[in-house]
Amino acid sequence: MDEALLSGILQTTVAMAVPLLLAALGELLVERAGVVNIGLEGMILVGAFAAMVTSYFTGQPWLGVLAGMAAGVGLSGLLALPVIGFGANQVVCGAALNLLALGATGVAYRGIFGMTGSALMVGGFPSLPLPLLSEVPVLGAAIFQQPLLGYVAFLLVPAVHYWLYRTVWGLAWRMTGEDPYAAAAQGVRVEVVRAAALLACGALAGLAGAYLVLAYTKTFVEGMSAGRGFIALAIVIFGGWSAWGVLGAASLFGFAVALQFHVQALGLAVPYQAALALPYVLTLVVLALSGARWRAPLALGKEYRG
Amino acid sequence: MRQRIAELVPSLLAVALALAVSAAVVWLTGSSPLVAFAALLEGAVGSRDSLAEVAVKACPLILTGLAVALSFRAGTWNIGAEGQLLVGALAMAAVAQVGGSMVPRPLALVLGLGAAAAGGALWAAIAAALKLRRGVNEVIATIMLNFIAAALVSYLVQGPLMEQGGRYPQTDALPPEFVLPRLAPYRLHLGVALALLAALVAQFGLFRTRHGFELRAAGLNAVAARLAGIPVERRLFWAFVLSGAFAGLAGGIELSAITRRLYERFSPGWGYTAIAVGLLGRLSPIGVVLAALFFGALDAGSNTMQRTAGVSAVVVYVVHGCVILFLAALERWQRNRSQGT
Repeated sequence: MDEALLSGILQTTVAMAVPLLLAALGELLVERAGVVNIGLEGMILVGAFAAMVTSYFTGQPWLGVLAGMAAGVGLSGLLALPVIGFGANQVVCGAALNLLALGATGVAYRGIFGMTGSALMVGGFPSLPLPLLSEVPVLGAAIFQQPLLGYVAFLLVPAVHYWLYRTVWGLAWRMTGEDPYAAAAQGVRVEVVRAAALLACGALAGLAGAYLVLAYTKTFVEGMSAGRGFIALAIVIFGGWSAWGVLGAASLFGFAVALQFHVQALGLAVPYQAALALPYVLTLVVLALSGARWRAPLALGKEYRG
Repeated sequence: MRQRIAELVPSLLAVALALAVSAAVVWLTGSSPLVAFAALLEGAVGSRDSLAEVAVKACPLILTGLAVALSFRAGTWNIGAEGQLLVGALAMAAVAQVGGSMVPRPLALVLGLGAAAAGGALWAAIAAALKLRRGVNEVIATIMLNFIAAALVSYLVQGPLMEQGGRYPQTDALPPEFVLPRLAPYRLHLGVALALLAALVAQFGLFRTRHGFELRAAGLNAVAARLAGIPVERRLFWAFVLSGAFAGLAGGIELSAITRRLYERFSPGWGYTAIAVGLLGRLSPIGVVLAALFFGALDAGSNTMQRTAGVSAVVVYVVHGCVILFLAALERWQRNRSQGT
């Protein structure tokens, strides 16, 4: 395989992995607090939409990023209310959120930009090559020539790890996910922690959506989250509920997604849909092999009634 | 009777709130909600033709809604109606491809729809087996299987099952033997009757048989059910498989009666709307039929709304999402209140 092709695949891998990584880190945070957020897909989508609209009308991509994160936070607030406020089923409400986001962004996009369907482009972020490092053969172009948001995503990995394992808040956070009643007995306000975790997840998922628009496609397409929220759910499981594991899994799944664009160039005799299905099959296989609730937070998905 | 009416209150309230939110969304994007809703109503119940269309749109929702109701009743979360529906349609398309015009009509339909139900059941059985044998969470498993099914359909309609001549990524049109008869001049078809029949069977099975009772008991309290000697795992497995069969049948009927070809994006998300249908129908088969008719009317009306009022038809997803959210919250709120907490 020649160097240009390899470098191309790696570049696509990183570009595909970054939004997955951002969303999965958000899901990791919320799952460690004991809430499973199926609505991740919808949060990415509203993040993308808000980023598109804001940067289109203001010409400021950074405002777009903020708007994307704010939209994600808003939508996660909408989930926090029934799930944490009333103790409604997390899975059912999350699934509802995805439908809601799909409908609302679709109506709003056509309402604002008309039904023409002509592709509107935004400026977005240029890539930011790091001096010297970006000159490294093969890896340099993939890892050290990213838009700023890409670097942010990778720096968030140690940050999330540090937060969860080296701070008092992180400890309370993890306790809430393992045994909310014990946490409550220690004086942790479970509802507050879970709501905060959900909002943080919304912010990161919104950021993932903003990345998609501002650093990747430079435009908005209805339903453009295209299953990334569900792949991110799989990444958290695959990564064993740890930040470093999530980084590894996101890279692997990014590679699988990238493969489908390069299957022809590689001359592989497999249909591109095999690469498409790979993340999902891998997740099932890992779950099946590793058995019951593998390293999952013990109280994950369970309602807390204080 | 009074209790029956009281049971309807959350559903009606959720629908009203969902419509209010969608009206707000329409208004915020600069259209008139009144004009939009008038067009929607016109499109849904304005003529005999549109009434027939409501039934046609409701058909896959009845069957996938039953799938959701059945599995939720058993206390398992089958989020995979979407994938099971696709595999069902795939199975029917494959059988039709092989059978061609060799099989006479009634037999062809029985074979084709049987394959569809079996395909959906098989796809659900994977998730059920993973749950019972390996402890894999069924929500995650069914979501993953949905995407795998979509990839499978995508591959087959561009590969082995692609139409002869190979112009478009779709299967050949079904041979006439495999097509469900329609009530001309409408698109109303025999599959609607089959869906209603399925609902009756489910209603009877769930509330008038021992297995149905055991299934519900397992869903309400698995520990108590197990102590009472109910084989909880076996009931869960069969609830899941039957649930998949309903979803698969939905795919087969839609293929046979409406599209006649399988292609990517064959399903506009029936399997996900089904969750709203099941919950709005309070997980009872008769309720599911009513809820499916409501969502079918929304679906049929939304096309007219898009044409005449210029409001995107995807606004119905807002209604779907809101109905689920409001119902889930209202139900809990009601229960918390009655328990005095």
